Amino acid sequence: MVKRKGVESSIALADAAAMCNVDAISAYPITPQTHIVEHLSEWVNNGELDAEFIPVESEHSAMSAALGTSAMGARTFTATASQGLALMHEILFIAPAMRLPVVMAVANRALSGPISIWNDHGDIMCERDIGWIQIFAENGQECFDLTPACFKIAEDKRVILPTILNFDGFIVSHMIEPIEYWEQETINNFLPDFEPQIKLDIRNPSTMGAVGVPEIYYEARIAQNEALLNSKSVIKEVFEEVTKITGRPYNLVESYNMEKAEVALFMMGSLTETAMTAVKNLKKRGIEVGIVRPRLWRPYPTEEIIEAIGNIKALGIVDRAMGFGAQSHPVASEVKSTLYSSDKRPVVCEYVIGLGGRDVRIEDIEAMFLELIEAAKSGKSQPVKYIGVRE
Amino acid sequence: MSKNPYELTWKEIPIGFIHTDYMSAKKNHTGSWRSERPIWNEAQCIKCGVCSLFCPEACIVQDEKGYFHADLDYCKGCGVCAHECVTGCIAMKPEEA
Repeated sequence: MVKRKGVESSIALADAAAMCNVDAISAYPITPQTHIVEHLSEWVNNGELDAEFIPVESEHSAMSAALGTSAMGARTFTATASQGLALMHEILFIAPAMRLPVVMAVANRALSGPISIWNDHGDIMCERDIGWIQIFAENGQECFDLTPACFKIAEDKRVILPTILNFDGFIVSHMIEPIEYWEQETINNFLPDFEPQIKLDIRNPSTMGAVGVPEIYYEARIAQNEALLNSKSVIKEVFEEVTKITGRPYNLVESYNMEKAEVALFMMGSLTETAMTAVKNLKKRGIEVGIVRPRLWRPYPTEEIIEAIGNIKALGIVDRAMGFGAQSHPVASEVKSTLYSSDKRPVVCEYVIGLGGRDVRIEDIEAMFLELIEAAKSGKSQPVKYIGVRE
Repeated sequence: MSKNPYELTWKEIPIGFIHTDYMSAKKNHTGSWRSERPIWNEAQCIKCGVCSLFCPEACIVQDEKGYFHADLDYCKGCGVCAHECVTGCIAMKPEEA
């Protein structure tokens, strides 16, 4: 019998990590992620979870310690956000290079400055090319469901790569919603014990993190990239399994009302739920629009995104981060180049919305959809528009 | 890695670039870097072994008579031994071209 309870998403995610029987947690508290590691430290302190909890003095050390425990063959979990993720930056590259399957939850939050504790995707967009698998959850239920999935993907012998689970800070992390918990037995059957390929062992010595001289560095980097690209099929397989267990669809890229739509918005994370309401409202007025939401962000699911975009006439690409001085903001940059490598040429409108926790209203999204319909008629692409900013 | 590691293709790179060939650093003959070699004047040597303790390559070994010599396969010619020698019995001689 699946338990359904009203619980904060952060707590559900922490419970899921504990139910995955993590061996080591190293973390530094940072808003809005704090509840996750706080809750896990309670589990460990109360003796309910047999794991090593390593409190550290910074996120740089949190990630360093996570690499250490993972290299020892321990199932390792950490969580962070914003400045904390930025402080981890140089260590983040080491985990995939050494193929250490750490799982990290990131409660997406804006970067300074000005100082902001509120939600946008500025933190993770700075770290999108670090070599980690990156998944975006939409709500608390996805946070729970995707936690065991992240461990399973990361530790799969065909993958062995660290994985980030993104979810929107406050909007999701502090939201209390009804969440269906998996049975412990279901998780046990789903997630096998972590069997590291190689671990630090004095009886069987190895060198991890060796120097890569010019004669070999290049090959090592290509090998790492190929491993990340090849992980997509395993991610798909694991998502299919999660779909079977939960009865909820888990695709690499989700489509909403795309069958009838001639225009669509491309977006990630919890914003999609607001957009779905906008789609329903417009439907009542006889206007058909759709949403494309990649759940998987790295490796970038090119084929699935092209398929999801289909033959729509206008595509609005939504960024929740600034790419200062860039040709386009991060998501738009990437999606536009995806279109260029396919034969699809919808009219493209670029949007930035909801920076630093600015509320996004259903009317904002409806207006964007209506603008897309006009753009489809006129056939004119539109440069980036900053929705809701005071001019 | 049995093959020369510098000839590996990306497909042959071990997972995570992790080296499991224990003691493989021994294959790396750092002596080829040397431009000067340490020469001991055994008449002045008091066999204290300070040179071997300071050697960053740990390549200075004691012979059966108790005197010290550098293993030239690994000695980089850094001169630390000559600098640290208590009696000043080690001289750094340029390698012949």
